[in-house]
Amino acid sequence: MFEVFTLLADWAAYDLAGLAPATRTADALHFFVEDVTKIFTLLVVIIFVMGLFRSVLAPEKVRGYLEGKPRGVAYVLAVLLGAVTPFCSCSSVPLFIGFLEAGIPLGATMAFLIASPMINEVAVVILGSVVGWKIAALYVGTGLAVGILGGWLADRFRMERHVEDYVWKIRMGQVAMPAPDTTLRGRIAYAAGEVREIVGRVWLYVLIGVGIGAFLHGFVPQDFFARFAAADNWYAVPVAVLAGIPLYSNATGVIPVAEALLAKAVPIGTVLALMMSVVAISVPEFVILRKVLKVRGLAWFGGFLALAFMAVGYLFNGLMP
Amino acid sequence: MKHVKVLGSGCRNCVTTAALIEKKAAELGVAVEVEKVTDMAAIMGYGVMSTPGVVVDGTVVHAGGVPRPDAVAAWLKG
Repeated sequence: MFEVFTLLADWAAYDLAGLAPATRTADALHFFVEDVTKIFTLLVVIIFVMGLFRSVLAPEKVRGYLEGKPRGVAYVLAVLLGAVTPFCSCSSVPLFIGFLEAGIPLGATMAFLIASPMINEVAVVILGSVVGWKIAALYVGTGLAVGILGGWLADRFRMERHVEDYVWKIRMGQVAMPAPDTTLRGRIAYAAGEVREIVGRVWLYVLIGVGIGAFLHGFVPQDFFARFAAADNWYAVPVAVLAGIPLYSNATGVIPVAEALLAKAVPIGTVLALMMSVVAISVPEFVILRKVLKVRGLAWFGGFLALAFMAVGYLFNGLMP
Repeated sequence: MKHVKVLGSGCRNCVTTAALIEKKAAELGVAVEVEKVTDMAAIMGYGVMSTPGVVVDGTVVHAGGVPRPDAVAAWLKG
């Protein structure tokens, strides 16, 4: 099904650009053309189909589902709902306040906020199609586990202390969501709007991600990674996580980078640790969360994520070197 | 005169939404007053969690993401 993108890349690199196969530039260009066309096609198709079925959940509904659930259930439900609920990171603050205001435990709220940017159905399908379904399953499984653990720890260590005081004073009005237009025309218009909105938000990250992937694929020799990122190299995982902190991309943009690294035989744990760190620990997200969390709370949050991603890295490097 | 409030913390989508409403109103020749509400307590008071939200004459008509231009036109005409 995806051969068409390989053929297109063959044509672009060898016929159109006239490059000899197996040269560095040809390899890089081939990777770039194949991934850009494949990822953007998948993005548009998946978002459009999801939009048609409106399988996307509004955070307002999630709040209703989580309200009054026992803690254990709430953590699991929160990460699962986080995985299928898209929200713009600029909504993190009202979402955080709205959840707490409904009496949802801080832990479940944090679990939702950890899982939501890391896992979404669009990124999972693209990850599976581009890199493979085994990696996609590992990514989803560990992402959910990190979210649940983070939520449980937030409650266990009473992180409520580190929430800004004004947050607890806000009272929310009756949720008044306008009813969606469910006619076929309305659905198509909605789906097209979703495609425009999401592709408009992520396209640059995807292009940069594919560019980095193409560079790694064509120009960085395999020996380089064998020397510095082999599974028995203890510092590869922490370096991957630390490198991911200042770097930011959304979940889709990081996929081509992961693809290139895995093809260069970088161990799977190191790649997962890098992906998660790039997506979940980011300066813009932390600046937004600073509005509701005190500096200490934010430090705990960032520290937990970094340690958890390192643990994921070592675990999978140990299990499947 | 219609009173429109754009609820949002000042992110790019909120600015885009406010600009879109002003542009549509000018096209349709409808007199509007667009106000950006950035105070979190006020936003939450409308029961809106996904920003940007849009309030027309006191009623929440939209929440989450930049609204579609035809939807904006419908609110302004209605």
